[in-house]
Amino acid sequence: MEEQVKTTGINEQEEYVINMGPQHPSTHGVLRLVVSLKGEIVKNVEPHVGYIHRGIEKMCESITYPQIIHLTDRMDYLSAHINNEAVCLNVEKALEIEIPDRVKVIRTIMAELTRIQSHQLFWATFGMDLGGLTCFFYGLRDRERILDIWEETCGSRMIVSYSCPGGLMYDIHPNFQKRVKDFIKYFRKTLPEYDQLLTGNVIFRERTMGIGKLSLEDAVSFGVTGPVGRAAGFSCDVRKYEPYSAYDRVKFNEVLFTEGDTYHRYLVRMEEMRESMNIIDQLIDNIPEGQYAVKMKPVIKLPEGEYYQRVETARGELGVYIVSDGNKNPFRIKFRSPNFVNLAALNMMSKGFKIADLVAISGSLDLIIPDIDR
Amino acid sequence: MRLVIAAQNISTFSEPWWKVFYDFSLLTKNIDTGLHNAMSPFWTTVTEMLIIGVLILLFYALVGLFLVYAERKVCAFMQNRLGPNRVGPFGIFQTIADLIKLLLVELIPIKKADKFLFNLAPFIVIIASFMAIAAIPFANGLHAIDLNIGVLYVIAVSAMGVIGVLLAGWSSNNKYSLIGAMRSGAQIVSYELSVGLALITVVILAGTMQFSEIVEAQRTGWFIFKGHIPAFIAFIIFLISSTAETNRGPFDLAEAESELTAGYHTEYSGIKFAFFFLAEYMNMFIVASIAATVFLGGWMPFHVGHWDGFNSVMDYIPPFIWYIGKTFFVIFLMMWFKWTFPRLRIDQLLTLEWKYLLPINLVNVLVMAFVVLMGWHF
Repeated sequence: MEEQVKTTGINEQEEYVINMGPQHPSTHGVLRLVVSLKGEIVKNVEPHVGYIHRGIEKMCESITYPQIIHLTDRMDYLSAHINNEAVCLNVEKALEIEIPDRVKVIRTIMAELTRIQSHQLFWATFGMDLGGLTCFFYGLRDRERILDIWEETCGSRMIVSYSCPGGLMYDIHPNFQKRVKDFIKYFRKTLPEYDQLLTGNVIFRERTMGIGKLSLEDAVSFGVTGPVGRAAGFSCDVRKYEPYSAYDRVKFNEVLFTEGDTYHRYLVRMEEMRESMNIIDQLIDNIPEGQYAVKMKPVIKLPEGEYYQRVETARGELGVYIVSDGNKNPFRIKFRSPNFVNLAALNMMSKGFKIADLVAISGSLDLIIPDIDR
Repeated sequence: MRLVIAAQNISTFSEPWWKVFYDFSLLTKNIDTGLHNAMSPFWTTVTEMLIIGVLILLFYALVGLFLVYAERKVCAFMQNRLGPNRVGPFGIFQTIADLIKLLLVELIPIKKADKFLFNLAPFIVIIASFMAIAAIPFANGLHAIDLNIGVLYVIAVSAMGVIGVLLAGWSSNNKYSLIGAMRSGAQIVSYELSVGLALITVVILAGTMQFSEIVEAQRTGWFIFKGHIPAFIAFIIFLISSTAETNRGPFDLAEAESELTAGYHTEYSGIKFAFFFLAEYMNMFIVASIAATVFLGGWMPFHVGHWDGFNSVMDYIPPFIWYIGKTFFVIFLMMWFKWTFPRLRIDQLLTLEWKYLLPINLVNVLVMAFVVLMGWHF
């Protein structure tokens, strides 16, 4: 008992300690937050991770590179395609293969669709965290359309596994371009609905403005990336600073705010959906003709060495670090997942706020628990 | 033998039988005199109490079942989906199926819970809402008791429910439950004031606390139209604060699903949970029917000035239909809030009450008193 008190830093005798999770409606998975309270006010939040640890990094050491793709889907399942892309880009970089333009453009379109559907689900669940249950259905209604497009092209709705080292699994479906254009047209009309339902709502603004502030210094020192970092003014968009795939040939703005509160984390995502639609608009009519994949050796062996590739997922910077000893499977693989890093800032952001604010703040981090535990 | 005499008395209507739908006092008086002829006064009272009790219990259960179904359909409508549609036509038997399931569910005993209070709490909640229904006039001459302090009685009785909620939170031996119960306590005690003051505004206008007379005073026009702006403000405040008092809509902090799992009734299962559930819906029905009675004319039909033709057509709609229609209109408004707004935070909730609603309400009462003194109302 004595020892436990020391390790958790929470004195159970004097503070009102509640366990949020592992099974709790607002943690969106099996995250456990040990929260010590004083009345309604949060004194300390201690995230306990590992409830859905599957040892993905260790498993990767015993399988081949094309197989690793399918495991990365299961990390951040809402950015499944972007995770695939990260590993593919890293393997291609290591093998020094030139990828056809067609592949680059299709990957970029898919990645932006991924970002849109991820942010749609964020909007849906964030509304639900704040008690507006109706948001959930509207968010999912629009997300279905993207999943339908994927179903046609990738054969899978969420865990797409569409990229593979050297290109894509198969070519796009003949309907793909038309359906994506239809979706963009539709979603430009329905996005203002989101604003009407939530962004402009007085209760919503009161609940989120000025809550869970994260300063630029803290954002940088915690290594927070993605919309959470950009809301605090930390310009950290990998698509801008280290363009991969077709990001160097499109024009888009990096959405930046300086306030760093829950409301602006929400706004960044709303704006990013618009930017993603702009990117798709620029690319969808200009998919170059050509091969959808380059011919690869049946067994992919990476030359000895260390390789690192980072990409921008819907939640922040995902880094893939591969150490190869020249075999068909990696010697060591490490994923720098954005959620794990972002979660670290939760305690600092939510101290002194109320329980309801803690739910709003953790909702605005848009945590995907399998990505934290891997 | 005596019952036969009673039955004969009941069947001797002086008016055509369908008139009873427009004036229930015909029927109730007949039953009363019939029973008086048949038995001693004591047994008459006992029989009448039994009849009323059973009827209200039936009504209570039916309304509860219907409201659960209505809420699910309304929320489905708001959320772009179908709602229950499997059990029976349009899923109307869904709630009955749910009820049977809840009756069969195991009642899980909680370790280290205060057993007596734990079992008592759902009954207090449901009895409080059951008592409040007694004073509500459903139609012309159809109410259980016509107290001369009806408004006061309803405010007093509906406040009793919070004791049940607090007991439930305390006795469950669950931290979430305790937080939920404490929130609920703070919330109901605060919003009780606004509900009371909003009703007092109308009591000033009507000059009585008796529900039947309040309805009668609206024969020439509903209070929401009659009482100028103060009555309208009082109606809005009543709508907001009564939603808060019933722990619903954007004010459902006591059971805030995403924060406290299920708040004060986290540990309850089976029929005990159903009691809380039913009481929530019945409380909504009660506040909606008070809003309908006090502001929207109760069972009075809708009349417009001197349009005699229109008015007589409106008179043909039975008062009970008017009452139910108005009540469900208010209930629909409350469901509308619930399914469009995010939830407030506890400090914002209390700020809204103490810094905005209460001062507005106090001024409103004064304005209304002034309006009544000067005779400016219609």
